[in-house]
Amino acid sequence: MDKGTPLVEMRDISIAFGGIKAVDHVTVDLYPGEVVGLLGHNGAGKSTLIKCLSGAYRADSGQILINGQPVEIANPRDAREHNIETIYQTLALADNLTAAQNLFLGRELVNARGFLDESAMEAETRKIMGRLNPNFRKFNVPVSALSGGQRQSVAIARAVYFNAKILIMDEPTAALGPHETQMVAELIQELKTQGLGIFLIEHDIHSVMKLCDRASVMKNGQLVGTVKVDEVTDEDILGMIILGKKPAKAA
Amino acid sequence: MTTAPGNRHPSQDANGLFARFIAATEIDTRLLGMIGALVLIWLGFQFYGEIVKGDGFFLTPRNLWNLSVQMCSIGVMATGMVLVIVTRNIDLSVGSMLGFIGMLMGLLQVEWLPPHLGLGHPAIWIITVIVGLCLGALMGTLNGLLIAFLEIPSFIVTLGGLMFWRGGAFLLANGRTISPVDSTFALIGGGPYGAIGSTGSWVIGLVACAAVIFGLVAGRANRRKHDFPQRPVWAEVVLAVLGCGLIIGAVLVVDAYPWPKGIVAKYIADNGLTVDPATLFIAHGFAYPVLILTTVAILMTILMTKTRFGRYVFAIGGNPEAAALSGINVKWMTVKIFALMGTLAGLSAVISSARLTSATNALGQTDELYVIAAAVIGGTSLAGGVGTIYGAVLGALVMESLRTGMVLIGFDTAIQSMVVGGVLVVAVYLDIVYRKRIK
Ligand SMILES: Nc1ncnc2c1ncn2[C@@H]1O[C@H](COP(=O)(O)OP(=O)(O)OP(=O)(O)O)[C@@H](O)[C@H]1O
Ligand SMILES: [Mg+2]
Repeated sequence: MDKGTPLVEMRDISIAFGGIKAVDHVTVDLYPGEVVGLLGHNGAGKSTLIKCLSGAYRADSGQILINGQPVEIANPRDAREHNIETIYQTLALADNLTAAQNLFLGRELVNARGFLDESAMEAETRKIMGRLNPNFRKFNVPVSALSGGQRQSVAIARAVYFNAKILIMDEPTAALGPHETQMVAELIQELKTQGLGIFLIEHDIHSVMKLCDRASVMKNGQLVGTVKVDEVTDEDILGMIILGKKPAKAA
Repeated sequence: MTTAPGNRHPSQDANGLFARFIAATEIDTRLLGMIGALVLIWLGFQFYGEIVKGDGFFLTPRNLWNLSVQMCSIGVMATGMVLVIVTRNIDLSVGSMLGFIGMLMGLLQVEWLPPHLGLGHPAIWIITVIVGLCLGALMGTLNGLLIAFLEIPSFIVTLGGLMFWRGGAFLLANGRTISPVDSTFALIGGGPYGAIGSTGSWVIGLVACAAVIFGLVAGRANRRKHDFPQRPVWAEVVLAVLGCGLIIGAVLVVDAYPWPKGIVAKYIADNGLTVDPATLFIAHGFAYPVLILTTVAILMTILMTKTRFGRYVFAIGGNPEAAALSGINVKWMTVKIFALMGTLAGLSAVISSARLTSATNALGQTDELYVIAAAVIGGTSLAGGVGTIYGAVLGALVMESLRTGMVLIGFDTAIQSMVVGGVLVVAVYLDIVYRKRIK
């Protein structure tokens, strides 16, 4: 069962806000070509945990290893340099900017004179959106004028465009219709075969069973356990989420 | 367009035509609104003068030229205030910074430098300007550091600055008025010698027209290259005609304002000419401060629309958290924005003390309100994320038109300040109404 070095290892991560231990000594890992589901009730600490990997927060203690090497991720820029891309639960879009301006925010394309190359950015955005959401037409309006699902597809496009090796998706289909959800499922499968490692935070247990290889369950900031999805039933996982108990056979 | 084409009411057709014109030319409707307000103000003062005083004093080359010079100080600072307000901050200290810098520059060129360099030494004005700009940058940086790193709200930091620097300006010279400033320095403020004359104005006007046409052609070529939708050709032509028309109109106005007779006579005497002063027509042309404002506005527009820096300013205004998650260093951006604002306050201090040819204690007093009003009237949203440089410059023109107009018709300062206060509140209300309607 040895799969070699994990792509990402988060070891013994803890972070507290004031008195609240949002993440309490949690260890998770992720291999190339693998989708690991992060599950847990609302407020379990899932988003906080992955924000330590995406550079939004700094863990109070613990270690992050990428390809076996310990790394410092002090800010979102560091994470991007390690090819970590994130779709945040809040989407993290600037409402007053267009889809293209959001997609390239912080990594704008510039021309030879160092000025923004808007048309090149718009053209690239049209290409990637054509793949992800062919019905998308609103290229010249601020994203505040987009529907929740359209905004979500912009956030997904931004994470996928820059050739991530490690992809973090925090409830990526929360605002999507059935057809778009299906497209994201296909996208996840496709990225997986390309060898990306994906952390997927998802509340819908059926999507987890369908898309994930393993599932790590959190409760009150602590890790309940990590299971291989095809070795357990959905009831087992629900039991872990609700009761915080690891199923006997996977222990 | 919700109605079917078949059953349109004639008035809707007229409406549709206007809407089509706006859509095709992509002219900002808010820009049209501002120009409308400006025209109303100008015509209002003109008719008031004609009817009440029997003399239409407002729409004369002389008044328009003066207006163009007087708006520069506010206009320069308003371009910086756009960045500050777009990032959800405010700078109330600009007027006092201007006053302090103006006073320090006054002392430097009148009392401190001449004993060492000799009166009228050509380095005096250069050193003074550099010191003024650097001092502005430092004061702005201080504002930015307090706001970004100590996380004190900008309202409080700059309210403190408003009082601190005004007091500092008084202490610098114990309330004295410092004058006269260096004679070269004074040219930066305009005046007959501080303007480029007729030929220069035509050269600049024609170059600007060429730039407008080139910009439209290049923009079109770029859209074609990327297969983006194009404006119809007639709309491009309309834009070119409007743009060039405005520029040439401005040149004609500033060239229609002659030097005063006294200056002409002195000029003739100084140059040993043998013309009759009464017949010699020497036009002012664009004043230096107007060229400075134009340059600043162009550079700031490029900064805001063509560079990463400008993009980050808007991103921070739209969603500071998203900006930070995209790897933008929001704190340093804040420091840089306030440093830029301070530098522009320094430049405005140069312009306004040069125009007055002295540094007084009242220099820049209440300017912060005019500057903020100019930015807001120009469409900068106090909620952050939205604003344009050209809007702020137009806003400055609106504010200055009100101010000079009221002075000319003899309103006293009490009424002036009531009108300006009322206009500010109404402008913000109209802005809210406008934003609700386009949503
Ligand atoms: N910035 C913050 N400041 C203070 N407390 C926070 C902060 N962010 C998260 N928390 C707290 O940390 C805990 C974990 O929150 P987190 O957002 O990680 O939950 P989650 O598992 O992602 O929940 P959900 O499923 O609702 O998204 C919660 O108790 C939350 O209130
Ligand atoms: Mg969450």
